[in-house]
Amino acid sequence: MNSNDWTQGGDHLHYQQCGTCANRWYFKRDFCPTCGQTSPNTHLASGLGKVCASTLVHRAPSDEFRAIAPYRIVMVDLADGIRVMGHAEVDVLMDDQVRCEVRTIAGRSLPYFVKDTHVS
Amino acid sequence: MSYLVGSGLTSYGKHEGSSTLDLMSQASNLALKDAGLSRSDIDGVICGYSTTLPHLMLATLFCEHFGISPQYAHTVQMGGATGLGLVMLAKQLVASGAARRILVIGGENRMTGQSRDSAIQVLAQVGHPVYEVPLGATIPAYYGLLASSYMKAFGSTEQDFAALAVLMRQHASRHPGAQFQKPITEDDVLASRPIASPLKILDCCSVADGGCAVVVSAEPVGGNPLKITGAAQHHNAQHISAMKNLNDFGAGQCTQRALQSAGRKLSEVEYIAIYDSFTITLTMLLEEIGLAPRGQAGNWAREGRFSKDSATPLNLHGGLLSYGHCGVAGAMAHLAEAHLQMTGRAGERQARRSGISLLHADGGVLSSHVSLVLESV
Repeated sequence: MNSNDWTQGGDHLHYQQCGTCANRWYFKRDFCPTCGQTSPNTHLASGLGKVCASTLVHRAPSDEFRAIAPYRIVMVDLADGIRVMGHAEVDVLMDDQVRCEVRTIAGRSLPYFVKDTHVS
Repeated sequence: MSYLVGSGLTSYGKHEGSSTLDLMSQASNLALKDAGLSRSDIDGVICGYSTTLPHLMLATLFCEHFGISPQYAHTVQMGGATGLGLVMLAKQLVASGAARRILVIGGENRMTGQSRDSAIQVLAQVGHPVYEVPLGATIPAYYGLLASSYMKAFGSTEQDFAALAVLMRQHASRHPGAQFQKPITEDDVLASRPIASPLKILDCCSVADGGCAVVVSAEPVGGNPLKITGAAQHHNAQHISAMKNLNDFGAGQCTQRALQSAGRKLSEVEYIAIYDSFTITLTMLLEEIGLAPRGQAGNWAREGRFSKDSATPLNLHGGLLSYGHCGVAGAMAHLAEAHLQMTGRAGERQARRSGISLLHADGGVLSSHVSLVLESV
């Protein structure tokens, strides 16, 4: 189990959507950054998507991450219509279809993408 | 009209025992001397932040230390774009009449004033504190992500990136103040220590100590004035997770607006000074601005199209990649070199023609952009 809700979606990612202009976004706030409407809806994301950027980090910023280096960080375009940064399996490649889990990495709860074998 | 009338640049690298204020003072003394001015001639001071001296009022702190009491002073924070942003501000302050002779300063002991981990962690804070930084992401990781996307979209290769690192080192080999002067090859870059794929250590700018200052004036005083004829900014999302488009960061439209405000075209530019925090940064900026076709910046560097004797020489001091990067002053070194080139004082680095220069810098992860156009008087 992960104590740290990511972020409050528990084992799922959250995204928000504006009921007025239908804009979707990832970084949580209490208004729509496009039209200013003040009661956005918060949804659980499917967490399914495609890798649009990928890097294998060798030079970690701190001891916690040095212990697991090299680690892969990716950006994923989710089917939910948002882009998310997360950790991923080291052998994940650009354009791979992936699925988000929430895992404990370097002592904290983080989004972690694994290859989605159900799609291809 | 506003004029850049003096510049001062320290060597970049290790300045053991020098503080932010020491480096700012050294650069300011050099700039005043270059402009033929004294402390009492200065009525405005604007400076950039320092990560080793976080302060609410760095400009005022500096003024007390340096011994001046200007009519106008404050600090500006735009990440790597700060240096050129300060010059744009100085141009506007002079035009508005708020001040007539403005000292513009950047300086920081980024290398010796903190541990390497601390520097990496502080800089990573341009990322999102909840959704990005906790992942163990670093600035090289953000740019590694961008590089992977760019390589896929435009076919650039790691070897193409390496060609730009080789070029910057070649240019730095002619500058005694550069942090790294020993020539390197593309193979050296490719074989260097991996940092955040596809970026290796030689694709990354250094962490250095150093300072740079310029004087912006309402009149072309002293022996080496330049006209500041154009300036523009463009701002995207702060974070790459929130970027609308990973293949267009607005550098092209920003430089176009700067050139337009100067009444110039890109084809008229004779010297270019482009921000090069990583080889991918330089690639993306050159290609977005239109100084090389998409996917061709590395090839063009190999073919000599950015070398000293070409039509558009680039960063002839060696850039952030080899002259060095000490924060706000990092991109100001590009400016100091443009000043020397445009006033015919660059010695063995001197380009043939550099009457019209285009400068561009970005802050964050291509989040903020500033372009400047400088012209000979």
